[in-house]
Amino acid sequence: MKKMVINKEKEKNTKFDVQNLDLHYGEFQALKNINMEIKENEITAFIGPSGCGKSTFLKTMNRMNDLVKNVKIDGKIYLDKEDIYDNIDVTKLRSRVGMVFQQPNPFPMSIYDNVAYGPRIHGIRKKSQLDEIVEKSLRQAAIWDEVKDRLKKSALGVSGGQQQRICIARTLAVEPEVILMDEPTSALDPISTLKIEDLAVELKKDYTIIIVTHNMQQASRISDKTAFFLNGEVIEYNTTEKIFENPQEKKTEEYITGRFG
Amino acid sequence: MSTRVAFLNDLRTLNNDVIKMATILEESIDKMILALTELSAEHATEVIARDDEIDDLERKIEIECILIIAKQQPIATDLRKVSSIMKIITDIERIADHCSDISEYVLELIKKDPMVQPSALVPMVEAMKDMVVQAINSYVAEDVEESKKVREKDDIVDNYFVEIREDLKKRMTEDKKWIPQCVDYLMIIKYLERMGDHATNIAGWMKYIVTGEMEE
Repeated sequence: MKKMVINKEKEKNTKFDVQNLDLHYGEFQALKNINMEIKENEITAFIGPSGCGKSTFLKTMNRMNDLVKNVKIDGKIYLDKEDIYDNIDVTKLRSRVGMVFQQPNPFPMSIYDNVAYGPRIHGIRKKSQLDEIVEKSLRQAAIWDEVKDRLKKSALGVSGGQQQRICIARTLAVEPEVILMDEPTSALDPISTLKIEDLAVELKKDYTIIIVTHNMQQASRISDKTAFFLNGEVIEYNTTEKIFENPQEKKTEEYITGRFG
Repeated sequence: MSTRVAFLNDLRTLNNDVIKMATILEESIDKMILALTELSAEHATEVIARDDEIDDLERKIEIECILIIAKQQPIATDLRKVSSIMKIITDIERIADHCSDISEYVLELIKKDPMVQPSALVPMVEAMKDMVVQAINSYVAEDVEESKKVREKDDIVDNYFVEIREDLKKRMTEDKKWIPQCVDYLMIIKYLERMGDHATNIAGWMKYIVTGEMEE
């Protein structure tokens, strides 16, 4: 398969370089020969119907699939030219490549402790330093003003949208380079969704963001590049403008215009 | 199972309305040609009266497009189609306006001493009509090849414009009594030339719908 690389964007560094990636769950092949370059400081969206492999692919990027039984991965994924499946420290990889999930999943502890959790695991004990990290992370996640007076209260006591931003703050607290978002707004109301979208656009200045979404408008609103997945394959990968104005593949056109199936 | 049934119905209605508007336009062009070549007040009046019908359809289609954008958020081909239709109907409406404008001048000409019409007028009118009909056919058939021919023909209409203008200039220089009639014809050929430009625009939007490429 021809490698899918988008030209004209020479100025941005490649963060992930995926080469000939296959993934099997037992006998079932969930990803078929994926080749893709993901650029730094961009938002890349993965779209496609349920079961097309987009979340599976996302999880290969911080080796979350290692936890799944009978999974077999072939091919290469380079993060800054380092093969992430070649004998590297997985904990370190996951601190470089953070993840935000579909359902907000704050730990059953205070807002402060949720955000301080990662840094503490990484050995930071000094209160002043933790205070600083917690405030910075909550500010970056655009939730500081809403929770600064109740940092010691349970993170479970705030709204879903606020919980999700706390989870993003928790991800940011360990200073990752990449944030993987797996349908981060599918459980949220429209206003909370827009806040997360604004936040993602703001965060891409400092991070590389990869988002799986079922919401086509969300992909078109916030992403720089979009990849359309179908049956474990990347059918089309291009600038978001091109995908939504003039897709080159008939299957992409059919899917995004709702003539699919 | 097909999806987005309501959306596809909306698009079908929209398309039908554009074709309806284009059909009325073709009828107006035919009547305008009769009015002009035969200096017929009856046909001229009819064209002027029918202009409102085109204006009303334009407004109806505009609203349909806005509602589709608001309610269905079209993308890809659908987006190109809906946004192009909003442009195409403006061109159709302008061509219809010019039919009406020419008919007004026909009514003026009828009041004046009859002057022999410029010999290139009929060929110019026919070339312009060909362009409009071809642009509309290319839209209905989504035929990019047909739309290319429209652009090619624009030069023919432009050349007729120059030829007739020179003819009229000569007549005005040679005999001042024809100046009022010649001025009317000058306006008429300018409108005909503009109609050709609008047909070219329609063909350009047609190409954008099918290929996603905009004309330079």
